[in-house]
Amino acid sequence: MTKDECKQLVLDIIADIAPDEDLSNVKPEVRLRDQLQLDSMDFLDIVMELRKRHGIEVPEKDYMQLASLDSCAEYLTPKFNALPPKA
Amino acid sequence: MKHARIVITGVGLTAPNGNSLAEFRRNLLTGVAGVERIEVRYMGQQLAGVCHFDPLKYQKRKDVRVGTRAGSIAIYCAREALADSGVAFDAMAKDRIGIYIGCTEHGNVETENEVYNVSKFNYDTKFWSHYHNPRTVANNPAGETSLNLGTTGPAYTIGAACAAGNLGLIHATQMLRLGEVDFALCGGISESIHTFGIFAGFKSQNALATHEDPAKASRPFDLARNGIVISEGGCLYTLERLEDAQARGAKIYAEIGGYHVNSDASDYVLPNPQRQAECVRAALKHAGMAARDIHIVNTHATATPLGDVQECEAIRAVFGEGCPDTHINNTKSFIGHAMGAAGALELAGNLPSFDDLTVHPTINVDQLDPKCALPGLVLNQPRRVERVDAILNNSFGMLGINSTLIVKRFVP
Repeated sequence: MTKDECKQLVLDIIADIAPDEDLSNVKPEVRLRDQLQLDSMDFLDIVMELRKRHGIEVPEKDYMQLASLDSCAEYLTPKFNALPPKA
Repeated sequence: MKHARIVITGVGLTAPNGNSLAEFRRNLLTGVAGVERIEVRYMGQQLAGVCHFDPLKYQKRKDVRVGTRAGSIAIYCAREALADSGVAFDAMAKDRIGIYIGCTEHGNVETENEVYNVSKFNYDTKFWSHYHNPRTVANNPAGETSLNLGTTGPAYTIGAACAAGNLGLIHATQMLRLGEVDFALCGGISESIHTFGIFAGFKSQNALATHEDPAKASRPFDLARNGIVISEGGCLYTLERLEDAQARGAKIYAEIGGYHVNSDASDYVLPNPQRQAECVRAALKHAGMAARDIHIVNTHATATPLGDVQECEAIRAVFGEGCPDTHINNTKSFIGHAMGAAGALELAGNLPSFDDLTVHPTINVDQLDPKCALPGLVLNQPRRVERVDAILNNSFGMLGINSTLIVKRFVP
């Protein structure tokens, strides 16, 4: 998985948990909370959806790694690539 | 003790056969029921009353996703009632507005959904939603309404089984009279059709209606009645002290006449006609009225074989043969049993009678059960009447809670 593919997976999750938001111009380097109406419960949603959809665990100490799309990609891409291949 | 006069100045509702008072009333007068078949988890197709309002009229999509169906129903009804009341909401002191919402139950829907969700993950609770607690607290529908409206006064629910809709109005009346608030949004709501447990529970009690034609399934007082049609719905009113309503030139639907709430203390589920009759009599006394002063009695009857007969026994004991101007009807025959919303919705459906002097019927009575043959029962067709000056609304619930609310024509 590339970092761009990883960013798209995160955007797909945000599209579902924040359906009123326009995601067409999300700046990858800017904090998500600074450009979208997201609160702490929404970030817990992102963590839950990563767990449900992709089997990825984000421990609480790493939540700040989900601040922006760029930081998400940095943090999550290795985790996606370390997942065991699907049967 | 002299109490402040309390008046109804706005109505917002969603029923299985209407999303406004005008639409609801029109369908009650033209015999249009609102029952359909829905898929219920683990149980297949079941009969239910389903509301078809648009939650996005007053909520963002995210709020609908995060919140509950009960919250969406309450918000829709509250916003519609405020608009109907004509109150200048933006200019109001938000800390002086109370929200009092009757519920039969709350949290079953959301808990069942979460259990179902974790069942898909081998019951691993790390997949249990972080929204579970705010969704299931008993004050959820009122709390979601206060969030949506930005009101900061008291906002809570009143758990009173199927008497809850009346309790919302009664409690609001009390709070206005105590001076706790200056304006109240009150009534009842229900999201019950989204939990399989209530369907399964009534089925296990042999009290769940079946019929090949959904529109004919809810048939109180009919000899062939076979149980309850479960429905969702909501109805919230704006209540104000008379002088406040008059000061702003509000339209006044009716005045609260009197009320009473009591308990059977006799059984978990079986009604007690003696206590029901006591409740009705006490409400009449509270209103300073005699039985003959009541022109419409809206019954609670849910179409269970025993419950209908017992309520008729209670009504017969109070109204007997000496009330020729008392007309008796039932709204569940159209919309099923909207649980916590029932009392509030059923009152709303009768309010226009003050103006149109017409009593909506109880429908689906093909063969009247002789044990339910009350004088004054309005069967299958609406009845034009001479006078409607007072409406008495019964709502009873499990664990033996009885409520009677009387509203009267507003006369300055």
